[in-house]
Amino acid sequence: METLEKKSVAEDPILEEAFMTRLLNGEKIEPKEWMPENYRKQLTRMMSQHAHSEVIGMQPEANWITRAPSLLRKVILLAKIQDEGGHGLYLYGSTETLGTDRSELIEQLHEGKAKYSSVFNYPTLNWADIGAIGWLVDGAAIVNQTMLAKTSYGPYSRAMLRICKEEGFHNRQGYDLMIAMMRGTKEQQEMAQDAMNRWWWPALMMFGPHDKNSSNTIELMKYRIKLESNDDLRQQFIDRTIPQAEIIGLTIPDPNLKFNKETGHYETSDINWDEFFNVIRGKGPCNKQRMHNHIQAHEEGKWVREAAEAYASKHKQL
Amino acid sequence: MDKNQHALFNYCLRLGDNSLILGQRITEWCSHAPILEEDIALANLALDLIGQAREFLTYAGEIEKKGRAEDDLAFLRDANEFRNALLVEQPNGDFAHTIVRQYLFSVFNYHLLTELGKGKDSTLAAIAVKSLKECTYHVRHSGEWILRMGDGTEESKRRLFNAFEDLWMYTAELFDTDESDDLLVKKGIAVDMKTIHPLWLETIKAHLDKISFPLPSNHYLVQGIKKGKHSEHLGHILAEMQFLPRAYPGTKW
Repeated sequence: METLEKKSVAEDPILEEAFMTRLLNGEKIEPKEWMPENYRKQLTRMMSQHAHSEVIGMQPEANWITRAPSLLRKVILLAKIQDEGGHGLYLYGSTETLGTDRSELIEQLHEGKAKYSSVFNYPTLNWADIGAIGWLVDGAAIVNQTMLAKTSYGPYSRAMLRICKEEGFHNRQGYDLMIAMMRGTKEQQEMAQDAMNRWWWPALMMFGPHDKNSSNTIELMKYRIKLESNDDLRQQFIDRTIPQAEIIGLTIPDPNLKFNKETGHYETSDINWDEFFNVIRGKGPCNKQRMHNHIQAHEEGKWVREAAEAYASKHKQL
Repeated sequence: MDKNQHALFNYCLRLGDNSLILGQRITEWCSHAPILEEDIALANLALDLIGQAREFLTYAGEIEKKGRAEDDLAFLRDANEFRNALLVEQPNGDFAHTIVRQYLFSVFNYHLLTELGKGKDSTLAAIAVKSLKECTYHVRHSGEWILRMGDGTEESKRRLFNAFEDLWMYTAELFDTDESDDLLVKKGIAVDMKTIHPLWLETIKAHLDKISFPLPSNHYLVQGIKKGKHSEHLGHILAEMQFLPRAYPGTKW
């Protein structure tokens, strides 16, 4: 990281202009090609945050894996969590192409220098939460990732294409779970509505602050890392999700929700931004727990990784 | 059920319960593995095992003819009705314990499934042939970790040694049989455990020889538990696993 910071002091204006022309022509940037250091930094920040989110996101779902109520639901959930781990691995690999290796990225996470999606700082309290995560959280992720599949950095774009296919499955299994709950007993319907009430707003927060308050958005869009703004993506998610909720009898927890016939869009209350920034700053219900678990697993696994390395070096010499 | 069906029902339960309980145990690792690659691999093991359990339990239900499906058998039986071996219900412990438990069981299951695949019950044989492919990978995966731990650092050697010492006592029980097994063996359906045991021991010994790692010796071996007796652990596994179907009877999920 030290070398990156040094380089960012003086950029070559001619190279930068050529780089921007390539972006405007819709070309993909590949790992060994020249790129402005800010581009590299922004991408490393965003991609590692994405990788960490996939991995930390395994925790709230793993919370229900031993209690899944049928063997079929158990294997579906397990396969989904396994996919998320795979996405994490894939994204760490893509981020490494920018020059920072995985162990350093994990160190940044543990030191609080790197973030992960705040949505995973909320707890999974009943079985329907597993449906809500698949349907709403992965649903929001798909909107974001479909846009990112067109991002200017080649490895990230290709990772997104692959990941989106699996997220589509995750989204459907979540909705399928919610349908089963809403077709079930009164208690199941209550669990589903309770999950909806708790996950709706955190899902909307996943798109980040309003465009006017998003310091990174302007630069990310300039570099064609992001192609659409937070608010536009959030609106797409709202518009496609509300009819899905209504058709299975779930109520959106927003008294001011209305459909604007002129614009063709739903209008919602404003997000509780105090809560949003609190959770980002580490004051969510599960921030400490999630980080503690990750650090603990990492530390407890140290001897295993060391054994694998020792074995590999011994057998390399032979 | 006549005597033969009852024997077959119990045999299927044993196969299914072994896979189910071990699979359930492995899922406890989810998001806590030593490295991300291993989290993915452990999820794979659990997926294979629970998948096998579903097939064996579904078949058990068909033989029983009381309308019990895989979930009825998995979620609505109490501990004394479970037929799994003691080994698979042992706690995960550290990574060495999990891997040794997996290796001891997978090598056992590998030889069992190989023979079962040649058996005269076509359904069991078909499940065995499919499961054997997965089990071959499980032997390889856990076996590779055994080599790394046994020929890694001083700490990993110590942990591996302790894991073998702690778990070896449950291995003899894997091969226990009763009269109903004998009946099925005579019919060419069940596998004769007497033929499996030396193969199992030989495979493990040859593998540990690669890194000059000793087999546990002079060990007290738990035996004769097959008929529904378990360790204290199984009740807790089931309390967690069965919570929702027990709390909301008759609910579809």
